Amino acid sequence: MESLTLSDVEQKYYSDLFVYCDTDNTKKVASYGRVLDLFRAAQLPSEVVIQITELCGATRLGHFGRSQFYIALKLIAIAQSGLPLRVESLNSVKDLPLPRFVVGKNEAEARHVALYQDPDSQGLYPASAAALIPRPPGRGHPNKKVPPSASAHPLHEAVQPTAPSVETQQAEPTSPVVSPHQSPPSSPPSWRKHKRQHSGGNADRQPVAAPTGVVWTQFREQQTAPVSGDGLWSSHSPPLPGQESWVSFTADTPPSSTVPGAHPSSVQESTTIRTTMAPAAAAATTTEVQRQSSGYDDPWKITDEQRQYYINQFKTIQPDLTGFIPGSAAKEFFTKSKLPILELSHIWELSDFDKDGALTLDEFCAAFHLVVARKNGYDLPEKLPESLMPKLIDLDDSAEVPEPTADVGFSASPAEVTPNKSPSMPSLNQAWPEMNQSNEDTAIVHPVPIRMTPSKIHMQEMELKRTSSDHNHPTSPILAKPPEVSEEVKLPVPATMKFVPANAVGDGYSSSDSFTSDQEPVARQRSQSGASPEALKVVAPPPPPPRPHPSHSRSSSLDMNRNFAAASAAGQPQPAAIAFPPAVPPRPLPTQSSVPHAGQRAEAEGATGAGAPLTTTSPQQIPQQPNFADFSHFQAFAASEQPSSLPEVDKHSDPGQGDKSSDGAGPLRTVKSDGQADERTTTAGHSTKGSSGPLAPPPKPIRRRLKSEDELRPEDEQHGPQKSNIIAAAMATQPSIPRSVGKDKKAIQASIRRNKETNTVLARLNSELQQQLKDLLEERISLEVQLEQLRPFSHL
Amino acid sequence: MAVCIAVIAKENYPLYIRSVPTQNELKFHYTVHTSLDVVEEKISAVGKSLGDQRELYLGLLYPTEDYKVYGYVTNSKVKFVIVVDSSNTSLRDNEIRSMFRKLHNSFTDVMCNPFHTPGNPIQSKAFDEVVSGMLAQST
Repeated sequence: MESLTLSDVEQKYYSDLFVYCDTDNTKKVASYGRVLDLFRAAQLPSEVVIQITELCGATRLGHFGRSQFYIALKLIAIAQSGLPLRVESLNSVKDLPLPRFVVGKNEAEARHVALYQDPDSQGLYPASAAALIPRPPGRGHPNKKVPPSASAHPLHEAVQPTAPSVETQQAEPTSPVVSPHQSPPSSPPSWRKHKRQHSGGNADRQPVAAPTGVVWTQFREQQTAPVSGDGLWSSHSPPLPGQESWVSFTADTPPSSTVPGAHPSSVQESTTIRTTMAPAAAAATTTEVQRQSSGYDDPWKITDEQRQYYINQFKTIQPDLTGFIPGSAAKEFFTKSKLPILELSHIWELSDFDKDGALTLDEFCAAFHLVVARKNGYDLPEKLPESLMPKLIDLDDSAEVPEPTADVGFSASPAEVTPNKSPSMPSLNQAWPEMNQSNEDTAIVHPVPIRMTPSKIHMQEMELKRTSSDHNHPTSPILAKPPEVSEEVKLPVPATMKFVPANAVGDGYSSSDSFTSDQEPVARQRSQSGASPEALKVVAPPPPPPRPHPSHSRSSSLDMNRNFAAASAAGQPQPAAIAFPPAVPPRPLPTQSSVPHAGQRAEAEGATGAGAPLTTTSPQQIPQQPNFADFSHFQAFAASEQPSSLPEVDKHSDPGQGDKSSDGAGPLRTVKSDGQADERTTTAGHSTKGSSGPLAPPPKPIRRRLKSEDELRPEDEQHGPQKSNIIAAAMATQPSIPRSVGKDKKAIQASIRRNKETNTVLARLNSELQQQLKDLLEERISLEVQLEQLRPFSHL
Repeated sequence: MAVCIAVIAKENYPLYIRSVPTQNELKFHYTVHTSLDVVEEKISAVGKSLGDQRELYLGLLYPTEDYKVYGYVTNSKVKFVIVVDSSNTSLRDNEIRSMFRKLHNSFTDVMCNPFHTPGNPIQSKAFDEVVSGMLAQST
């Protein structure tokens, strides 16, 4: 890097430019895009720009460091003055004018030029000319458009080697008084005028001395315009901060020549013109040069005071600044502005960015701003201007702009509003710096992210719903056992009803019913206890389809099974038997100890008698029969703490068992005797089991019952040992089952697994039993056929 | 691709109707009006069975030699009717559906506007834009 000597002016200028380009505030590296824009603004052919870039070493380094930047600027100046680009010329060229960059903001240019040029007389004229010339075009720049094109402007503008720092300092409006005489004319007339100038100015792009005259004339025109606008603005208090600063700047600037003087006015004017809405652009532009805000041309910017006012209004409706104003409240509020509903509707459409029917602070400010604008006569834009879009911007420091009455009181009559508008208009545009203040007070986030709140709420609601549904959903697997228990407990009741007509046995059923009913509260209690741990779960898997209750007379059996399953690995095929024992025991015991016996036997017969119809009804019911019977038996026996009954049952059971054992078929043997024996044996089994330990350890009787059932069911013999093992295991773990309810997920998942295994086992059992049923039916048919064949003979 | 788009309120009066060949508007108005009968018929047919689960998109209501009429009804019994020129490359069902979806979305946006009273004709620039987008497609 060649050493570079810069004059003081140059040094200052370059450093300002560097600051301008240093968007990331790194103090070391200039933003590449910004630099490129700057170079483009230098009006040099692209090859030259490339050459300059290479020369300064940026291509080598890959970025624009300070020194590279300075060198580049110097080279630009060299190139602009027509000298060949040489590294040597960096230090050799004397009296090199400062590099000129075409700036959109004439004022800024003019000012900057003036600042720098004054000490540097040589460069003054050309620079000012350059500055002036571009100004009209820049001025004429259509502000109406949303400033996506504004991106180019800041560059143009910013680069003026004025004292941007000075400008910034001046940002604070020092005296409103100054503004009036610079108040920009109302936009439409000035706009048009400047447009004309704009076209004229465009032709004068190239910095040439000749156009300066044109520029001057333009200035004069502009000056007249501001004069006309003075009246307008004089009444308006919030002068553009830019104006003020601008004015003060010019006042401070020692070399306040006519040029700067003209510049301020023209600047102001151009700024005004630039912004359809409001004048303030001038100062704003200057300040903006430094600020380098994105929409420097934006007439829709909200000034500080305005924003503060809007925020205060927002608070009156919605104290929470991060909350929403519902549509109805907003409607009332904005209706007070006495705008036609159609326009209000349009304003709403523009400002409700996320289309949620409510206004956030940002949206509210935008809407308010649009209403203000409309009241002041400005047309509503088709699209929401960028500066009004709710987004999180924090580009520049916010310049305080005194805006005394800029706030529009909606309660005020339209007449009042109108005058207010004017002041607000300037303030509207004044600060490019203020543009970003739009976010200052509000936690402005891009509307989309802001939706977090409602979506969060929604999420929470979903959560709540889910958890509540988990609670409520009886079949929720997570709520699993207890609710299932309760649900199935309820189901058995209707299931038992089926058996009632089939079996025509009241006692047994009643006992079973009572049992189930008894079980239900218990189950419910369990469900409640289970609900709490379930409630902890956030998401409940979709509840499994209800268990095939019809297949089991007592869903409780399944539950019991599950209980066991929770404890043990495999499910037991005799859930019913298992289920019941833990539940009811005490109550039915005394009453049923004796009755059940008879009842059970009757049941057995009835069951067997009904076995055929039952089997036809559903194969699953067949196993239910024995289960049912088992259950009742169990209940009786479990409840019965009287050994007296037990011995009787034992007697029954013994022969029963014997029969049963002889009977290879399961309880499904349609042979009545078999069935009866089955029943009896099951009963016996129950009794034996019950005798062992009435209710104290529910597991125990269950275990025994299971065992007896195993014995009684030959088809289950294969599984018998397995089952007994399983059952034993289940029993062992059963006591823990209620506790498992209170445990956390793991236990529940384990219980789910066990239940599933139980399901599979039961399904297998079911299929086997059905197969047996078919066989039995075939046998029966064959027997009946034989009987038929024999009968005629007997008749004979 | 549509030649006419209409939004009809629950009480079967138009909230918004716009057609592309502006000279023949009356004809389209008449078409839309007659199509309302078909819409009612479809609504009543499906309504009982599924209740609220009724499909919003009604599909082709009826074709004439010149054009086809598609219908869509919202849960609040607001009907959208799109008249499509038959000579146009036959639009796929999905395209019609997407058009209805867009209509529905911008219609809900209009409804969200607190300054819009349901039952009033729709005067929304955004909605107009959406409709124009659909109408203009038909060149």
